[in-house]
Amino acid sequence: MLNLDARVPSGPIEEKWERAKFEMKLVNPANKRKYKVIVIGSGLAGGAAASTLAELGYDVACFCFQDSPRRAHSIAAQGGINAAKNYQNDGDSIHRLFYDTVKGGDFRSREANVHRLAEVSVDIIDQCTAMGVPFAREYGGTLANRSFGGAQVSRTFYARGQTGQQLLLGVYAAMSRQIGAGKIKMFPRTEMLDLVVENGRAVGVVVRDLVTGAISSHSAHAVILASGGYGNVFYLSTNAKGSNVTAGFRAYKKGAGFANPCYTQIHPTCIPVSGDYQSKLTLMSESLRNDGRVWVPKKKEDIGKHPDQIADSDRDYYLERKYPSFGNLSPRDIASRAAKEQCDDGRGVGPGGRGVYLDFRDAIKRDGEDRIREKYGNLFDMYERITGENPYRVPMRIYPAVHYSMGGLWVDYQLQTTIPGLFCLGEANFSDHGANRLGASALMQGLADGYFIIPYTLGNYLAGVQANSLADINGAAFKESETAVRARLDKLMNIRGKRSVDSFHKELGQIMWEDCGMARSKESLERALVAIPKLREEFWRDVTILGERDSFNQSLEKAGRVADFLEFGEILCKDALVREESCGGHFRVEYQVEGEAKRNDERFAHAAVWEYTGEGNEPIRNEEPLTFENVKLATRSYK
Amino acid sequence: MADHISLTLHIWRQKDRKTAGKFVTYQVKDVSTHASFLEMLDILNEQLIAKGEDPVAFDHDCREGICGACSLMINGRPHGGQRATTSCQLHMRLFRNGEEIYIEPWRATAFPVIRDLVVDRSAMDRINAAGGFITVNVGSAPDANSVPIPKELSDRAFEAAACIGCGACIAACPNGAANLFTAAKLAHLHNLPQGQPEKLHRTEAMVSAMDAAGFGSCTNHYECEAACPKEIPRDVMAEMNREYARAAFVHRDRSDKADGA
Repeated sequence: MLNLDARVPSGPIEEKWERAKFEMKLVNPANKRKYKVIVIGSGLAGGAAASTLAELGYDVACFCFQDSPRRAHSIAAQGGINAAKNYQNDGDSIHRLFYDTVKGGDFRSREANVHRLAEVSVDIIDQCTAMGVPFAREYGGTLANRSFGGAQVSRTFYARGQTGQQLLLGVYAAMSRQIGAGKIKMFPRTEMLDLVVENGRAVGVVVRDLVTGAISSHSAHAVILASGGYGNVFYLSTNAKGSNVTAGFRAYKKGAGFANPCYTQIHPTCIPVSGDYQSKLTLMSESLRNDGRVWVPKKKEDIGKHPDQIADSDRDYYLERKYPSFGNLSPRDIASRAAKEQCDDGRGVGPGGRGVYLDFRDAIKRDGEDRIREKYGNLFDMYERITGENPYRVPMRIYPAVHYSMGGLWVDYQLQTTIPGLFCLGEANFSDHGANRLGASALMQGLADGYFIIPYTLGNYLAGVQANSLADINGAAFKESETAVRARLDKLMNIRGKRSVDSFHKELGQIMWEDCGMARSKESLERALVAIPKLREEFWRDVTILGERDSFNQSLEKAGRVADFLEFGEILCKDALVREESCGGHFRVEYQVEGEAKRNDERFAHAAVWEYTGEGNEPIRNEEPLTFENVKLATRSYK
Repeated sequence: MADHISLTLHIWRQKDRKTAGKFVTYQVKDVSTHASFLEMLDILNEQLIAKGEDPVAFDHDCREGICGACSLMINGRPHGGQRATTSCQLHMRLFRNGEEIYIEPWRATAFPVIRDLVVDRSAMDRINAAGGFITVNVGSAPDANSVPIPKELSDRAFEAAACIGCGACIAACPNGAANLFTAAKLAHLHNLPQGQPEKLHRTEAMVSAMDAAGFGSCTNHYECEAACPKEIPRDVMAEMNREYARAAFVHRDRSDKADGA
């Protein structure tokens, strides 16, 4: 059994983080340079952690598979970042952001972590501004805000539709400063293929140089995983092509518990699939729902018509109708399901009837085309490049797509996994978002973890570790890992079958989307749990990887990641099968009231944490009970 | 417009940095005009794998025009020459049935080829490591609204900060110069009050790093501006030149600072 003591500090929720910070042990400034820290990933969480730890004086090594840390997938986040600044004087507060996030997550997150996130949110905006992040401003020179789903206040800071890019470039700048100063050693185009554990502690990693194919070992006093989400288990998602679960999954196999894998977020506003060659899906930021109105034709005979020819009285603005108080800004899980419902009912538009309109006609009439262009110009341009249609003239067509993973490695209040010395940040951990993440909260969490939390909690851990205890990379633990990594690569190379890696990945994605996507049932999940092992067996028999092991080989890179997805997808489905309730992004058709998710707090007010028990053995499902002392457990309502 | 098109591709194949490369010709048939350019290459690669031939290596990641990974010279123009568009956002509806397309890696001395269409762009990271940042440690920031910034300035900073670091400007330049790339970062930081204290040092350090990394010199062709998928305006280079000249007169070596930092 895993030890799931969350180590939440005692006391009132407003005082927990202050108290924890005071109680934490410190590392003497002069001793910090003696501690080596490995960071996997250079996105908002990993990059912020690497640069901040280097500022403090630790000896940091950072690894990313991209050719530069600036390309981590945080860069693609569009809409914004939340913070409880209350600059708009509209009733926001730390407590309200905390409350909205717990409620938005459908009461499946840990209260103390969420409150801390809301507390440090205000510091993030200050820090980023000081680093030169060009947030949108009002004419008076102060920062501008907009609204996002699941909130009735304007607390989202943004930089046009490129907020993630600007925040990541801020992180990259902070990293560049430390790289230039020699405090961070950066390893781009390098992928972590194993975690090394010695005497129960994480002591290093085995990596592959993606240019030369060389395998090498790196030891450290602590390892931080910030390797992003696992949405690509669905093949088609808004994630970057390279995003993968490998780092987290390797850690899982070395003893780190994996929490709530079934909590995946389907984002309601993405450009619909256009054909079988489709390689990824593109998000249209949730911020568009501030001004865009979502609708489908009321009458099925209107579906083939040009939208202009459909009278207002024949349009069903279904979000405004069903959820009058939140309307088009209903949370993502709810808006996604509502879109699916309309399409399942035969009222979807576009190819295959898998789309709904997101219409700016009224906003353009009200504010003028220039104002809309100023707010969303880059998104409208992107839409036109992809679809060939001009959204200033014709409503956008959108459909839900896999976007974010709320599940991830289990961490305690200190962000430490079940393996001492292994920490996990950002989307890669099971996070503060419960069963559904609110818009503009991913950037907030990544930066909170990296800039403001890990610098304290890591020190607390390292203060108890001897500086001269760095593990020997020639020791048995590292050698064993290296041998296993090489053997796996050889095994992949030597299959020499007939099918490409991508063909397996696509097939897995189809199984996951059909049977474990927006709506899940016992029947569909059991079907997936038969299909996935079969596909995995075929993969290990019939995949073909050309080229050489010890050279630049993109097929081999992908093969390793897809092999992990083929195992991970099964755990995701198992998790979804056992959780006999609907909550947030996890919707079981058997558990609903009038189309809305029906939670079962008596049986499932806990985080489910999966424990690896060896090749071919059933994993064990552990539970961390969740208690709600500050937000009353209630049925979520946005009506 | 046909829904599906067939194409003749001439693609640069190169095993590694040391081996000489060459164009190899491939046929791809029945590509949907709704597919992106990279999806067209995916289709080609699936065909090659089925025949037991090595797939074409190319850099890509987000496929939505923001990560800056994709880097294809298409018919002699970086990212194919459509205004404000990266290779991954280029769609096949812009090509004609039966068209011949030449696909090459970025061409610049500072960007050695790793394999096929993949080049090493770490020289750009080295320019940023020399000064592309504001020195402010986490924890020491004042309230974000304590320094009002005129919207016009903030917008200018944003425009320059939109650079995705793809390297198209360098690939487009007959001299392989990185002036637009470097100047964009300087303009981003120097249009903000937070960027002022280190302005001269930053300009000098980044320009020196640019020279040291093996980039060529700018001779004002402005091919960079035309190629930039984020439409960074060339004025940023004038700002850089002005600050660089100023720095030459008001030189301050940071290692001479009294506090020894």
